[in-house]
Amino acid sequence: MTEIAAKLTSKDFASDQEVRWCPGCGDYSILKQVQTVLPDLGRPREEFVFISGIGCSSRFPYYMDTFGMHSIHGRATAIATGLKATRPDLSVWIITGDGDSMSIGGNHFIHLLRRNPDVNVLLFNNQIYGLTKGQYSPTSEQGKVTKSSPMGSVDYPFNPIALSLGADATFVARTMDRDPKHQQAIIKRGYDHKGTSLVEIYQNCNVFNDGAYEIYTEKSSKKEETLMMEHGKPLIFGENNDKGIKLDGFKPVIVSLNDVSVNDLWVHDETDLVKATIISRFYDDPSKENHFPRPFGVFYVNNNKKTFDDLFNEQIAEAKEKKGTGDLDKLLAGRETWVVN
Amino acid sequence: MATTIENELESVVIRFAGDSGDGMQLTGTQFSNTTALFGNDIATFPDFPAEIRAPIGTLAGVSGYQIHFGSKKINTPGDLSDVLVVMNVAALKANLKGLRKGGVIIANSDGFDSKNMRLANVPEDKNPLLDGSLSQYDVKTIDVTKITRAALADSGMGTKEIDRCKNMFVLGLVYWMYHRDMQSSIDFITSKFSKNPAVMNANIKVMQAGWSYGETTEMFANRYNVAPAQMETGIYRSIMGNEAAAYGLIAASVKCGLPLFYGTYPITPASDILHELSKYKNFDIKTYQAEDEIAAICSSIGAAFGGSLAITGSSGPGIALKGEAIGLATMLEMPLVIVNVQRAGPSTGMPTKTEQADLMQAMYGRNGECPVVILAAQSPSDCFTLAYEACRIALQHMIPVFLLTDGYIANGAEPWKFPQSKDLPEIKVEFAPQRAADDSKFMPYQRDEKLTRPWAIPGTKGLEHRIGGIEKQNITGNISYDGDNHELMTHLRQEKVDKVADYIPLQTIDNGAETGDLLILGWGGTYGALKTATTILRGEGLNVSHAHVRYLSPFPKNLGDILKNFKTVVVPELNNGQLVKIIRDKYFVDAIPYNKIQGQPFMSDEVVRKIKEILA
Repeated sequence: MTEIAAKLTSKDFASDQEVRWCPGCGDYSILKQVQTVLPDLGRPREEFVFISGIGCSSRFPYYMDTFGMHSIHGRATAIATGLKATRPDLSVWIITGDGDSMSIGGNHFIHLLRRNPDVNVLLFNNQIYGLTKGQYSPTSEQGKVTKSSPMGSVDYPFNPIALSLGADATFVARTMDRDPKHQQAIIKRGYDHKGTSLVEIYQNCNVFNDGAYEIYTEKSSKKEETLMMEHGKPLIFGENNDKGIKLDGFKPVIVSLNDVSVNDLWVHDETDLVKATIISRFYDDPSKENHFPRPFGVFYVNNNKKTFDDLFNEQIAEAKEKKGTGDLDKLLAGRETWVVN
Repeated sequence: MATTIENELESVVIRFAGDSGDGMQLTGTQFSNTTALFGNDIATFPDFPAEIRAPIGTLAGVSGYQIHFGSKKINTPGDLSDVLVVMNVAALKANLKGLRKGGVIIANSDGFDSKNMRLANVPEDKNPLLDGSLSQYDVKTIDVTKITRAALADSGMGTKEIDRCKNMFVLGLVYWMYHRDMQSSIDFITSKFSKNPAVMNANIKVMQAGWSYGETTEMFANRYNVAPAQMETGIYRSIMGNEAAAYGLIAASVKCGLPLFYGTYPITPASDILHELSKYKNFDIKTYQAEDEIAAICSSIGAAFGGSLAITGSSGPGIALKGEAIGLATMLEMPLVIVNVQRAGPSTGMPTKTEQADLMQAMYGRNGECPVVILAAQSPSDCFTLAYEACRIALQHMIPVFLLTDGYIANGAEPWKFPQSKDLPEIKVEFAPQRAADDSKFMPYQRDEKLTRPWAIPGTKGLEHRIGGIEKQNITGNISYDGDNHELMTHLRQEKVDKVADYIPLQTIDNGAETGDLLILGWGGTYGALKTATTILRGEGLNVSHAHVRYLSPFPKNLGDILKNFKTVVVPELNNGQLVKIIRDKYFVDAIPYNKIQGQPFMSDEVVRKIKEILA
């Protein structure tokens, strides 16, 4: 660290490649926030590796002046696991989208979370296939009319947060492209977490799915439709901060703060898996009556599950300690030999 | 004590066969190890069903283990067996055609009761031990079950546990017949059952009972001596192919100084490489059992990017799933070894049966122009040599390398004059050095005289760069959709493979003259059978030679010249004709295919017949 004479700036993390996302794409914001956060992490550039799969979001590594690999569809998670297992000294980031991670790479996604290597996942969720020009994705709402679903998609969508909790992820959070400060804070917390951090980022595709998250990002509706979770704080939302969530047994209910005291509200506890599981299910169609607000922030953190890379390398160290460094000639000779004269 | 006649034999083939729960593989392995230790040359062939416990007593459940040992050079597990040990009627039915006329049958009579007859679909009145149908053979009927139970009557063990020791009786008896020392097996049993002394003692006791049975009954008039083989001087051990492949990879890791990462997913018959490697964590061997075949190779690509010696291993169906990632490794120009222990396909095929039908898959089985280096091991111990070679080439040429083996050599064993680590060729690896801020920009696709690009691992100052599956501009590595560049890069990727020919040995004739009437051109696990066949043919005065190709992409530079020195070229393969197509295409030689696709290795005898037919 002493070698870093001057603190790096966001510019130091920008490569010389021209950014080629569509003008107005939410990806620009995410690139900017990551480039803003990285200098604050106090690590030299060469220790960062960004690995992506396929899709619009997966172009991301080309724009970062770090080590990077733009791999194949859905497999960034698997590649990153192999890299982190063998190079725990690196800061490994996985850039993926809803098609990449939830569809073609779904298997690797759940197994990554189950194993818990110390890597960071930025899941750009725009609820559409952008690079292939506009087919429905595994997070598109049912009934979505696209080029491949002219009568509306019949598939039910995945809920990436609930899926991640189900796969025993140790850090699960959601943020949005249109809230830079929140995004930066969540990305920073994801980095600080030892273990796999899953950050779902609501990202607008202004060409094929424009306005998918408008209701959560526009000033006029944001306060009413979003629930900004903070650890240790009661769950309050609404245009005038006049609504809250209360737990009736295991059943969440929306209450008016005119009727219920703040002291009776559900206080967000990031370490409580049961509560995180309940709140992850706030996934209602916002056009429906009595729907729950959409939560943003950190759903769940588990600091007690050892990381895959630690466990993996501890076994190597333990074997070396117990047996001593391997002796190749002994190995080749095996247990029994005979001599031919 | 009975009087026995001592006989001297040059070589013997024994086949142990029984139900898959009868422990025939263990019996065979023990006999092989002891026999190898005694100094005989050996070749073995385990032949077992895919089911772990197929229905008891049925033909589908028969598991066999054949060993050929001798005082002369042994190349194959033998075409026909001299001795057939059968634990039940199904085992006899399945293996009788492989026993030579006049051969010895040692039959466990308990396995020929009405229940076993029904399970093996043999009519009640056709018990082969009683109906005279085995009159051409020397049949020794023993109630192994009864003797085993009697021997362990006071062991305090249950009948089920006692019956599990039956195979040790057979082992002891065969040890007696061939004058083998039981000590190695006693040591093995002692260590295997060290936590269960009752089972340990029972197994040893039953094995000794088998020996005593031969010694005291008058059933066996003959005992046999097979003198140690005249082999090259040196220190030997017994080795199986998968074990050898694992050791070759470990040796390469030690010699190149990089930790080894093996990303894999369990699959028959490749899993034993994983099992073996996972024992040697103290050698910095990191094994990773991924969630699927795709993740297995991708994790290895990640490890290669980070600077490890990265390997993935599987069999045909798994290799099919890895295809896209092999393409990625080719684009990334990353060192990666892909081991394919071939089995009979397509699809699930016959998982425990051998075949060499994945050559085309290795050569062409990806989208786009995607050439890779391909090596094929020819015997169990050659799996060591070529696993080591595969690593050397991958690391020094920054290129994916296929290593093809097959179920037959993977599970077969032979004596191995193992090398000393100091005698293994050096594998020198250099990562790209760090760069200062005022150095020129790092070029990830700048090439050296081998056309190899630098291995620039993350964590190295000044080497920050991006790579990926999209076509690269040569030198800079930037994304490029330029047509001329794509054509250049396509040619470069091929030339990189072709250049490897400068760094591999020339093709040699294994057996026979440099010119002649007919060349038998083989590859992979058929080596032993073709070698024996060639020796027989030459012994009969025929002008036949044998060359065995171990480097299949690129071919050795002189292969074309060798082919032109023969009037006829025959390519025997355990597939429907794959190397033959490539040879015809590349060298314009009118090579004749000779194919067997039965999940079984060639027998030397059938090769001899076929070659004579061609020469006639």
